[in-house]
Amino acid sequence: MKTLIIENKKEEIIATANRMRWKIGDNLHDSIIESIYKDAEEIASKVVTRSGEKPKFDVDRFIDKLVTSKWTGFPIMFLILAAVFWITIVGANVPSAMIASLLVDTMHPWLKQIADGINTPWWISGILIDGAYLAMAWVISVMLPPMAIFFPVFTLLEDFGYLPRVAFNMDGIYKKVGAHGKQALTMSMGFGCNAAGVIAARIIDSPRERLIAIITNNFSLCNGRWPTQILIATIFIGQLVPAYLAGFASAAAVVAIAILGIGFSLLVSWGLSKSVLKGEASAFSLELPPYRPPRIMQTLYTSLIDRTIFVMWRAIIFAAPAGVVIWLVANIQFNDLSLAKYFVDWTNPYALFLGLNGVIILAYIIAIPANEIVIPTILMLTVLTVGMQGVGADTGVMFEMENAADVATVLHSGGWTVLTGINLMIFSLLHNPCSTTIYTIYKETGSWKWTMISTFLPIAMGLSITFLITQVWRIFN
Amino acid sequence: MTLDNKITHMNSNCVTCPAHNLANLVKLGIDMSETDYVVALAGNPNTGKSTVFNSLTGLRQHTGNWPGKTVGRTEGAYSYGNKRFKIVDLPGTYSLLSTSTDEEIARDFILFGQPDVTVIVVDASRLERNLNMVLQVLEITDRAVLCLNLIDEAKRHKLIVDDRLLSKNLGIPVVPAAARQGTGIPELLKAINEVATGQYVCKPHRISNDIKNVSSAVDELNQKLSVQFPDLPNTRWIALRLLEGDQSVIDAVRSGEIGNLKAAERTGE
Repeated sequence: MKTLIIENKKEEIIATANRMRWKIGDNLHDSIIESIYKDAEEIASKVVTRSGEKPKFDVDRFIDKLVTSKWTGFPIMFLILAAVFWITIVGANVPSAMIASLLVDTMHPWLKQIADGINTPWWISGILIDGAYLAMAWVISVMLPPMAIFFPVFTLLEDFGYLPRVAFNMDGIYKKVGAHGKQALTMSMGFGCNAAGVIAARIIDSPRERLIAIITNNFSLCNGRWPTQILIATIFIGQLVPAYLAGFASAAAVVAIAILGIGFSLLVSWGLSKSVLKGEASAFSLELPPYRPPRIMQTLYTSLIDRTIFVMWRAIIFAAPAGVVIWLVANIQFNDLSLAKYFVDWTNPYALFLGLNGVIILAYIIAIPANEIVIPTILMLTVLTVGMQGVGADTGVMFEMENAADVATVLHSGGWTVLTGINLMIFSLLHNPCSTTIYTIYKETGSWKWTMISTFLPIAMGLSITFLITQVWRIFN
Repeated sequence: MTLDNKITHMNSNCVTCPAHNLANLVKLGIDMSETDYVVALAGNPNTGKSTVFNSLTGLRQHTGNWPGKTVGRTEGAYSYGNKRFKIVDLPGTYSLLSTSTDEEIARDFILFGQPDVTVIVVDASRLERNLNMVLQVLEITDRAVLCLNLIDEAKRHKLIVDDRLLSKNLGIPVVPAAARQGTGIPELLKAINEVATGQYVCKPHRISNDIKNVSSAVDELNQKLSVQFPDLPNTRWIALRLLEGDQSVIDAVRSGEIGNLKAAERTGE
């Protein structure tokens, strides 16, 4: 009885508030804000004084005028983007080869020897050394050098204060397609990691616009996909131009794919805001923070230790079991044919129709946990299905190529053309997010429906677009 | 003498010495066991909350020069004097009134998380706009410290902020700092400690009472609330939120959760 009375009293308070709210009208919110602003202004005017004149030449203003101008803003943005990739592509080559020769050419045979020495059954050393270990070794040698360059450079830009200027430039475009201007920021975060970009969408107030930002974040090429883009661009685009231009052509191709991704994120945002997520773009204020000289040493430390190692560790954790799966599908046989071969033969006709091939499809299924291992998986499966001699040693062994030319040899003998390369780059941009991102989307939206849409929409787009490209290509060739 | 002994020995000498406050600081990272006080870090975006957080806890929470970098809550700990402090880095927000997820996280923690001290980090070169947020925090809690951060940038823009006058106006301690350089951190630690232990009693500024047409409504609700929840520290603010139709406050009243919010003075002891 007593609790009932208390319950009633609580409800009575709420009811009173509701009744009064009707009487007061909508002005209360404004009045409160008004009196807060008034007090803030009063206090600030009392305690802040200016000593001397404002300096005539303001560096911040000058830089801002350049990087946010209608005419120079975008070109500067693309140049900075291209420079970051160029540094990454060129700088990562040598260390990548060095790590590979250590982990794969030296360590792998050595581990095999030890395993043989202690009479390990062939399938155990196969699963552990040829599967799990090689997958990890490959991921480390392909990913560590570009990440160790890309992350610090990107973090320096971030520390300096350039990201909000990117958002400032893009804001108008995002608004035009019915999305939130701050989506430009979450998109930039997605260039590092889509899961991080999805979480960053919390800065967007309206649930409608936040959903759009979450669904379209996958169109930002994430760091797990950069190596694929860079390698395929180097092999198939770099070879179309004279050797001295190859580096620039490859970097340009990667930038083109990244910009295409931005284009798709705008297109899909527009489509969503005109259909299932109808609504007006809401206004917001974007603060352009002062430029701050980046603290070089600290940035290097945090981006290397926290970001690079963190992402690396995640990739390794996912690569090991994937390596086991690859080894198994390549070694479990029915009627003298491996599971992998069955799948590839079965999907090949459909995949070729789309300008891809069965190997790529299987690789993307195995690589759902982490996009980073797509390329090693593709190489291993190609060797396996083509039955090349001399490379790749045993069945189901992921191997390291000495350089891009070796990779090219394998892919060409697997029937790859420039068309396959372009389509792989497109498909790498447009396919389902990795499992971590899918899980993050579910956690952030709390909805299976939107999680499924975010997962399957890009695949549908990727398949349709590679199909279109293939048809057009075949008409002209 | 072992190292541990040495530290204890040093501490016993330094506790009373105001010049060696940093010697009292032990960065505990993520070890948040048995903390005595909870400190919340609030403020506008991009004012350096995460930098302050890092210099207190020794953690390396990623910092970046753009608004909206911290979207969730990050927690860490440090010990100062003989007390252990848990510190919570909240997302940077421009206000605590609207309903985006990051503002809700910040607001709910300051209101329902009942931190012993809320440190409001502000950009000294943009004081007026930052004060809007400060005043909103002071509507909710009466134990706060203002960290007047980025004074180096304010100086670069030829701005002088009278921190003592500001402290007098706001009724809370004001500590000028440049967290990126580590300036002001010892003073900040001292101020947090003083407010947490009750050595400094805040008399927070509250926004003027004469909001048009509503004072009678606020008074009536205020009265009902204080009868129902006698321990509630700031019934006037709750009344205003109810009048505005703030759903999470309405829910808290309905569930009675709001009754668990006691005046800070009573929980501290």
